[in-house]
Parts: sequence; C-alpha cells; structure tokens
Amino acid sequence: MVTTAPAAYDSKVEGNIIFSRLDACINWMRKNSLWPMPMGLACCAIEMMAAACARYDIARFGAEVMRFSPRQSDVMIVAGTVTYKMALAVKRIYDQMPEPKWVIAMGACASSGGMYRSYAVLQGIDHLLPVDVYISGCPPRPEALLEGLMKLQRKIELEKSLTDQKKELLEVYS
Amino acid sequence: MSLEGAASKLQDQFQIVQRTDFRGEITLELALGHIEEACKFAKEQLGFNFLSDLSSVDNYGDEPRFEVVYELYSLDSNIHLRLKTRVSEDHLEAPSVAHLWATANWHEREVYDMMGIRFSGHPDLRRIIMWEGYPYHPLRKDFPLEGKPSEMPDVAFSQTAPLAGGPFVTLPSPGHIEDREPRARHAEEL
Repeated sequence: MVTTAPAAYDSKVEGNIIFSRLDACINWMRKNSLWPMPMGLACCAIEMMAAACARYDIARFGAEVMRFSPRQSDVMIVAGTVTYKMALAVKRIYDQMPEPKWVIAMGACASSGGMYRSYAVLQGIDHLLPVDVYISGCPPRPEALLEGLMKLQRKIELEKSLTDQKKELLEVYS
Repeated sequence: MSLEGAASKLQDQFQIVQRTDFRGEITLELALGHIEEACKFAKEQLGFNFLSDLSSVDNYGDEPRFEVVYELYSLDSNIHLRLKTRVSEDHLEAPSVAHLWATANWHEREVYDMMGIRFSGHPDLRRIIMWEGYPYHPLRKDFPLEGKPSEMPDVAFSQTAPLAGGPFVTLPSPGHIEDREPRARHAEEL
C-alpha cells in the first residue's frame, strides 16, 4: 500500500509522495483514532475502565479518548445490561453520534441479554442498534475488549468509505 | 429493652392476629387498621428508631392475598422485631409509615411498583424501578418471568424474553450443545 518510490512526474518532490487509494487513507485514519462513547451500564464498564488504564492501555489502538459526549465519538461501546428503562436512552445517545459510527456490544448482556432472561432486560442491544462487533464474556477481560476493537479496525479497513459514504462528493468531482 | 419485653408491650397495647417465634425472632401480625398505630407506638414508646426494611409478600391463591412486612430495629437496644399485616386484593391499600421513618418513602414506592399495593398518605407514590406508565406489577406471582410486551412511546417498551420452556440451565458433557444446554430440565435429570 505504502511506497516511497520516486514520483516520476515531478523530480522536485521525489521521495516525498506516497501513492495510495483514498479509501485506504480514510480508513487508516478512522481506524486508528476511534473515539469511544463509553456506554457503561454494568460491571463490563469496570473492565472497560481497566482497558483504558496503563496496564492494558487502549491508547495503543488510538481509542483512549473516551468521549462522554456522543457528538464527538465514533464507536459506542455498549458495556453492560441494557434494561428496557434504559434502552431508548441508549438509542437516543446513539442517534446523536455523527456518521460514520460503529457499535461494539461488550459482554453477554449487551449481546443477548446474558443471564437476564427477564421482564426488565432488553435481550441484546442489536434489537435497537446495528452492532458491528460482539464480545463474549461475563464480563469480558480487557484483552477481549482490545481484541474486539482490533476486529472492528479490520472491519473498518475493508469499508468502501468513498463509494459508500461520500457519494455526493464523488458526483461533484466526477 | 429486651425483644420479649417490646413484643409483650405491643401485645398489651394492640390486638395481635398472630405471633410467631422462630429462632429468636418474633413476628407479630396485626390487622391492617392497627398497623400504623402499632408502628407509631413501636417507634415512639419502644425505641424502634430504625426501619431496616419494608417489603411485601404475594401469597397467591390465599385471601387476603398480600402481606406487607415491616422490619423494625432499635439501634439503642439492638433488637429486631418484625410486624406484618395482610392486604386484600380487592382493597390494595395500606397506610404509609413514611411520616415515621423517612426511609419508608422509597421502600413503599418499591412495594407499589413491584406488587401494586398503594400506600395512603404517601408523599410521592410513584414507581421507583420500572418506568411511570408500565402497566404491570412484575413481582406478583401471576406475572410471568419472561415479562409481557408493553409500549410507552418515547419512554420505554418491553418485550417477552425467550425462555423457551424454562430458565437457562447447563450441564458439562461432551454432547451437542442442544443436549448440554436445554432451556428446561427436570429435577430428576440433574
């Protein structure tokens, strides 16, 4: 993808030009600065905090900027039990996040309701939000969250950012 | 004051429906009409200055169906006394004791939320756990664990949880996952 071969058309900038696809560049920038919206609802949130601390250090993946404002975040980490009382609030926060946005369902409860087969708990946040990555565990260890984050990064790498998300821009310049 | 002394003073003062002694604990059941006075007496005369819990029981099928249970504690004498009263399904109302112990405020809201017993004289009787507008009282025995669907636009909704025949149980075995994790298992299989 990345090359430092001399650009043939202008010898003055030789060596300072990198050829790549715009998609690849956009995806590379996006995946390495995923700002999370920490939707901490139960014990999973404690593991999420641990993942942010020095020992596991989610900053290594560019996702250390926990934004408590949805308007500045890229990925919502739904960490914990989503009760029906909370469900629409989670949806409302998700709706306020700017596109493009992703969702990680962290732990059994957020993925499927977990052990709470009950009248009060939404049986998986995917009833309301489009989930990109599910993380198993009750609660998942910080490594599992990091693995989920890396899986999401792989997924972002494969997105067709330009053709899918920037159609209007393409129409203007084509 | 000893627990026995406190209990006998209450018995002298009020008509007791039933007294139960079990492993050093004394439970006094009173008629619904006397419970508020008895609580007041217990607090002001017997020194029960702490209401450690207020809860409710659904004796589904019995009449009167519900019980309200008051767990009284005296921080000075270190004694614990339980008062009970029965509430009929036809008249789901008990007197509030929030004016005696402030902590009763939230406990009574919880009983109202989960069982549907209203407390007359309560300063702020709203649901405390489920959302305002939820149509059921989920701790009642005739309410299914999987819940019932409901809808409050812009507030909350609820759906039925997939119990598929029973609570989730699992057994360690090399078998297929459908055999290891059936959604219902009878006691003799375990």
